[in-house]
Amino acid sequence: MSATPSAEAGAVRAQAENWQAFPDPAGHFGRFGGRFVPEALMAALDELTEAYDQARADEGFIAELDGLLATYAGRPTPLTDAHRLTEHVGGARILLKREDLAHTGSHKINNVLGQCLLTKRMGKTRVIAETGAGQHGVATATASALLGLDCVVYMGEEDTRRQALNVARMRLLGAEVVPVASGSRTLKDAINEAMRDWVATVEHTHYCIGSVMGPHPFPMMVRDFQRIIGVEARAQVLDRTGRLPDAVVACVGGGSNAMGIFHPFIPDTGVALIGCEAGGDGVATGRHAAAIAGGSSGVLHGMRTFLLQDEFGQTQVSHSISAGLDYPGIGPEHALLHETGRASYRVVDDAAAMAALALVARTEGILVAIESAHAFAGALDVARELGPDATVVVNCSGRGDKDVDTAARWFGLLDDAGAAVDVDPRG
Amino acid sequence: MQSRLDERFTAAREEGRSLLVGYLPAGYPTVDGGIAAMRAMVAAGVDVVEVGLPYSDPTMDGPVIQDAADAALRGGVTTADVLRTVEAVAATGAPTLVMTYWNPIDRYGPARFAADLAAAGGAGAITPDLPPEEAAPWLAASAEHGLDPVFLVAPSSSDARIRLVAGISRGFVYAASLMGVTGTRASVGTHAADLVARVRATTELPVAVGLGVSTGAQAAEVAGFADGVIVGSALVKVLVDAQRSGVGDAAALDGIGRLAAELAEGVRAPVPASA
Repeated sequence: MSATPSAEAGAVRAQAENWQAFPDPAGHFGRFGGRFVPEALMAALDELTEAYDQARADEGFIAELDGLLATYAGRPTPLTDAHRLTEHVGGARILLKREDLAHTGSHKINNVLGQCLLTKRMGKTRVIAETGAGQHGVATATASALLGLDCVVYMGEEDTRRQALNVARMRLLGAEVVPVASGSRTLKDAINEAMRDWVATVEHTHYCIGSVMGPHPFPMMVRDFQRIIGVEARAQVLDRTGRLPDAVVACVGGGSNAMGIFHPFIPDTGVALIGCEAGGDGVATGRHAAAIAGGSSGVLHGMRTFLLQDEFGQTQVSHSISAGLDYPGIGPEHALLHETGRASYRVVDDAAAMAALALVARTEGILVAIESAHAFAGALDVARELGPDATVVVNCSGRGDKDVDTAARWFGLLDDAGAAVDVDPRG
Repeated sequence: MQSRLDERFTAAREEGRSLLVGYLPAGYPTVDGGIAAMRAMVAAGVDVVEVGLPYSDPTMDGPVIQDAADAALRGGVTTADVLRTVEAVAATGAPTLVMTYWNPIDRYGPARFAADLAAAGGAGAITPDLPPEEAAPWLAASAEHGLDPVFLVAPSSSDARIRLVAGISRGFVYAASLMGVTGTRASVGTHAADLVARVRATTELPVAVGLGVSTGAQAAEVAGFADGVIVGSALVKVLVDAQRSGVGDAAALDGIGRLAAELAEGVRAPVPASA
């Protein structure tokens, strides 16, 4: 890093008219990204990059993926006018991109169908995946069942307890779920364990990374597989309202649903792109998962990005009520979007997210995932800030069935023994 | 100018043997306990020491080194403690390298780390997750302070990548002999000799083989075709087992000494490589 961040950001901004230029051939998004992995994995990453480059130019591959997205995953997902939320915020039109209606209940299926098809194309027979909340693990187990691949999912031991139902789901789908007892026993340690598996099995195994993170080509490839969200949303908004929205809002852990919906809007400089990081107990408490608001530049899991670390470069444990956002880093392209100012990132803490979850359930009849509830909490603020003439698109990235237990306990709807308690979640 | 590592490898070649490189993490079981263990292995015949910098996310390490690193971090080990360890071990005269994931150096500042490592008497650093493509700042800092930057090749490396890695390495090239994480193995693997031969085809640098070596017999086998034999997990396991069984520090150091002596004997009795 010879140039100062701000000078480099200026240079990057100057070329930013062509966002398709990112990443560069070595996987850099400005000063972020790259490939910080052991040499043993370099050949596999080269092979994957080449296979992906060929596949994305192959009409047969594209047609097969599009076919699965349409006839299996349920795409396109609808754009829903959230009339009562619009009323609630004083008039700004709120439109919901309904990834919660995709097969397996979140946007994760878009990426895994692409990567699992690519796995078969490379002649590999086994996929491994990490999962936090279980959404990516369930999606990978699903695509593996569909395409006849062996599937092993690594999940922090702590998360297997928090998300026991998703563990059962994955096992029903034929996947092996391995609880990871090392380190903090959460998502970052599941990634560590998946990388340890991969380096020993790379000849026949593909590591199906679930977010826009990790070494090149993953941040680019996962973004490309998730772009369908933004491509559809952009066309749907234009069709519905006759113009582009004023803002697009999404939650950000690693950042795949956000990158997917943001990317097609990046050239539309009048559209504000707003990511919502998980604030946990609040950034000031140190117990949060906000890599941009509370982190610094460093290297983790094969990429340079913003991450939560101490003064010695040791990763700090993240905290969020949402297992899916409970990650100490963020995808490198988000780091670039932040540094160039093309996207902005705000923090939504646990309490604000849960209040939004309850509000959306009661006003729109949609029980959203706790991850997505962070986006709703941010979008409510954005809608009020922009005023009644604005249009705001929210990426409703997942449904909340998996979170009923957590939400019920948060609102006191279950007692310690798990029996129902009659209270009003509005408090 | 010859570095301390260069001199050692030259001398070992003249003696018709390989160098024994021993790894232990700093701060395990304590900073002083780690220093004592490293000094014990030097006294028993380890030629070159790798001081591990314990890291929160050791994706290339198996359970033994993970456990020791976790314990060291829980004990509060810092980068400054690692440098203090280097200083104490380098004082024995054995060339002493730091073995570390990249982020702790990145955070410390590559230039500042190189300066402090050189001031502590360190010979260089092994940085397994810093690829040549990202290494420019570290190469510059190492050159400025006379440190040897050591990089790794793997069985999966293409010849072009071996040339790239060997081209920027100094001191020696680290050949990771098998596809996998650190840990002891029943056999060293058939890839090792092939890999060493492929590296030799591209560079005059010595080649040291690591991953999986745990016994004197394995050390002798690897010494038959490599300039250096690197042992990590087997040594760390002696300390971890001693901690678990509570046999006491003296017994742990005895154990380190016995294993290091066995390995040192192995590298002095190379088994000629079968053709």
